[in-house]
Amino acid sequence: MKLNDFIKNFASQFEETDANLFSPETQFKELSEWSSLLALSVIAMADEEYDVKLKGDDIRNASTIEDLFNIVKSKK
Amino acid sequence: MEDIHYCKMNKKAYIKTISYYLPEKILTNEQLVKEFPEWTVEKVANKIGIKQRHIVSENETALDLAEKAATLFFQEHKIARESIDFILLCTQSPDYFLPTSACILQDRLGLPTHCGALDFNLGCSGFVYGLSLAKGLIFGNIAKNVLLITSETYSKYLHPKDKGNRTIFGDAAAVTLISTEGTAEILDFSLGTDGQGFENLIVRSGALRNPVRTNKIQFDESGNLDSDDFLYMNGSEIFNFTLEFVPLLVEDVLKRNNLSKEDINLFIFHQANMHMLNFLRRKIKIEEEKFYYCLENFGNTVSSTIPIALKEAQKEHLLKENVLLAGFGVGYSWGGVIINCR
Repeated sequence: MKLNDFIKNFASQFEETDANLFSPETQFKELSEWSSLLALSVIAMADEEYDVKLKGDDIRNASTIEDLFNIVKSKK
Repeated sequence: MEDIHYCKMNKKAYIKTISYYLPEKILTNEQLVKEFPEWTVEKVANKIGIKQRHIVSENETALDLAEKAATLFFQEHKIARESIDFILLCTQSPDYFLPTSACILQDRLGLPTHCGALDFNLGCSGFVYGLSLAKGLIFGNIAKNVLLITSETYSKYLHPKDKGNRTIFGDAAAVTLISTEGTAEILDFSLGTDGQGFENLIVRSGALRNPVRTNKIQFDESGNLDSDDFLYMNGSEIFNFTLEFVPLLVEDVLKRNNLSKEDINLFIFHQANMHMLNFLRRKIKIEEEKFYYCLENFGNTVSSTIPIALKEAQKEHLLKENVLLAGFGVGYSWGGVIINCR
């Protein structure tokens, strides 16, 4: 799996946030659009695209998009 | 032997009629957004698929809702109260630790004293479980007309600051008559349980394990409210549970009925919220026109979402031949069944 694709998949869960704001270093929980509902969208995205079961704790333990990418990658 | 076989073949249980009751008080998205200005009316409506939910007043309980729904049921369907020989009341909001609400309901409704009555404590899987119990009572020659009542008032378990759950849940009661005759035959079931998930949707205090309220309230970083004294839902865990188990449930119900997805005319799932239903529909690969949504005006009414959806789908003439019902949630507990509609 590629980091760039993951970022694209991650970003597509958002509706209001500018696409340019998504990079490996983005602290996604700091984005104003981030919410508990978006966390669920990201879990569903991991399930749909990578067949990976992402836990609430995994999201809690990640601060950047790359952190989350590495967690998903390690679970594949 | 042949006689026994013959009897078994002829035994059938049907859903005969459904009525539902919604409490008068309505909570709209406009009202919610006033309390939680970080939300917008459109966002709630689009993402969650809910525009309003009905909420009980302070002095109204699930038993009161059940009574009102049943009173409406007898008005709407001209069914003799004398003919009811069993009440199954599905609720997680009893009036008392004891006695059972269903006993009080028998008296309030003026149902015959030869009527059996019991409560069972399930949430979103409750309606399907109730159908399975009612079918068993009919097949066992124990009852002929079973009144399955689902009645829930989760609003009483919600903290005022719990934005997520106050957005999702609504109160309601539904009454379904299961009988030896009717229009929708109840076919075979798939039921399941995984108690490992019990802590992910729970009211921790107030009953006998933790009788004393802790008055502890905190929010996690996604803004989910976590309190011992109110309903706590671990959204991500519940979401993972449904993504994992509901596709398997659908597969198993189909298998037990020797049917394939193509044989199903309509899928009616527990109406958890639009967001979750969309993901489930996509994951199971169900066409949108075969997938029923019924959330907008009611919200997630827990055990009543499926009977309310059935009633609404019937009004739209959508109940034809095989309809698959699936309920899943708190417990964890899940159940699915196919009904064959005439």
